[in-house]
Amino acid sequence: MRVNPIACEAHGMCAELLPERIALDEWGYPIVDSEPLTPALRDHARRAAQACPTFALLLTRDRE
Amino acid sequence: MSEETLTIDPPVEQAPVPAPGVLPRLLEGIPREGAMSLDRHLAVHGSASVISARRRGRRAESPLIEQVERAGLLGHGGAGFPTATKLRAVAASRKRAIVVVNAAEGEPASLKDRTLMQTLPHLVLDGAQLAAQAVGADELIVCVCETAQASMETSARAISERLGLPLDSVRMHLTAVPDGYVSGQEAALVNHLNGGPAIPTFTPPMVFEQGVRRRPTLVANAETLAHVALIARHGAEWFRQLGTPSRPGSALVTLSGALAHPGVYEIEHGASLVSLIDAAGGMLARPRALLVGGYGGSWIGGELLRGVALSDEHLAPHGASLGAGVVLLLSEDACPVAETARVARWMAEESAGQCGPCVHGLDAIATSVQEIAGGLAQGNATQRIERLAALVHRRGACGHPDGTARFVTSALDTFGPEFADHARHGHCEACSRPGELPLPAHRQAANPTHEPVPFR
Repeated sequence: MRVNPIACEAHGMCAELLPERIALDEWGYPIVDSEPLTPALRDHARRAAQACPTFALLLTRDRE
Repeated sequence: MSEETLTIDPPVEQAPVPAPGVLPRLLEGIPREGAMSLDRHLAVHGSASVISARRRGRRAESPLIEQVERAGLLGHGGAGFPTATKLRAVAASRKRAIVVVNAAEGEPASLKDRTLMQTLPHLVLDGAQLAAQAVGADELIVCVCETAQASMETSARAISERLGLPLDSVRMHLTAVPDGYVSGQEAALVNHLNGGPAIPTFTPPMVFEQGVRRRPTLVANAETLAHVALIARHGAEWFRQLGTPSRPGSALVTLSGALAHPGVYEIEHGASLVSLIDAAGGMLARPRALLVGGYGGSWIGGELLRGVALSDEHLAPHGASLGAGVVLLLSEDACPVAETARVARWMAEESAGQCGPCVHGLDAIATSVQEIAGGLAQGNATQRIERLAALVHRRGACGHPDGTARFVTSALDTFGPEFADHARHGHCEACSRPGELPLPAHRQAANPTHEPVPFR
């Protein structure tokens, strides 16, 4: 998971939908845990990425 | 493209190979005034490259890239990225490449790139032409900061002097880049050349994949290309006769502060700071501290000066790196807290304003430093700064927040007693003195005709 910091406008949807991995800083911008997603969290992460109004949350596949 | 045969450069009068391990290299024959002409440049350095930049076949790699790799040349723009890796990435692309010469130099304490363009433009243009041949580019854009009038003029003259030069196979043009700390960042420069503002963009795509006009783009610092020009002439072994194993060769350093002759010097990587200061005619006052690497760099206490050597491996224990070659001596007369506050505020204002953590984080950091300087800070403000610095780390599209955070936290480490004193008692006597760390407004005023002094 990666945030495009230019696109991000601090709507905070991602932290709502994926609190296990995303916290918000004092201005409302996401702080993403660098820990890879567990299978159980993948669907939630996908939903969080889709819910972002500016499409700033990006999911990338691991290279393996 | 047909399989090219190995071309041997015509026998032209070849300048003698410089003695190994001797400085100056880049600054050899630097004129006291104005720019080195093309004739003079060719007389000093010779016109023929020993190592061909041209690819010998469609799949073959340019021999120059291999030589640059063996030389161990790292970029001189600040990040220190291996130049051969960059060349290779652009050369590997299927599309026709573009080469961008980066002399935007947004760092206020650095003057080396504008000095290079102003005095030795042909060395940079040689390197740029060779790099363009090596990566298969058909266009070369020279980017100079709009405030560097003299560098713009000499670059324009040098480009027109070279029209029809057999060495040059790639058309060149010159572009002014808006002044700004982040303007020279690779993606910002490409954004500007694509008609956008000179501010960073989100990557990927990296510029070597998709840069100017969506073509693979090599963005290389002006000094880096000047080194390429010399590696092509003298080879990797020669290059490595100066410097350290991990950072071979020489570097241009902008040395400023209370010195007899502040200016741009060429040093061997790993040279002692004392030897550089001696070359600059010595110090006029004992420095309180030195700033290495510019406004994204780190402070080192003045008492450690004698032990400082100028290479990243020697600077690492001090938490510093040479960056784009900035060394600044802060005098005992200056207030380090006020200086830090002033520069932190300027850096916050230089944010491109795109990324939330940078916009809010740098403003909050600068405000906290200002509050400490004025004795207005509530609670533990230094702890708040440390927390904010960690909070902005790696959360911008470029390294601007990271650099600013490093500059401020290193000031807290180096000037702990001074910060504590200001937090308790507010402004000191020195706070109201004019700032020593240069900001663009007085970069131009204080240094209108900067004359570099070669290091010998």
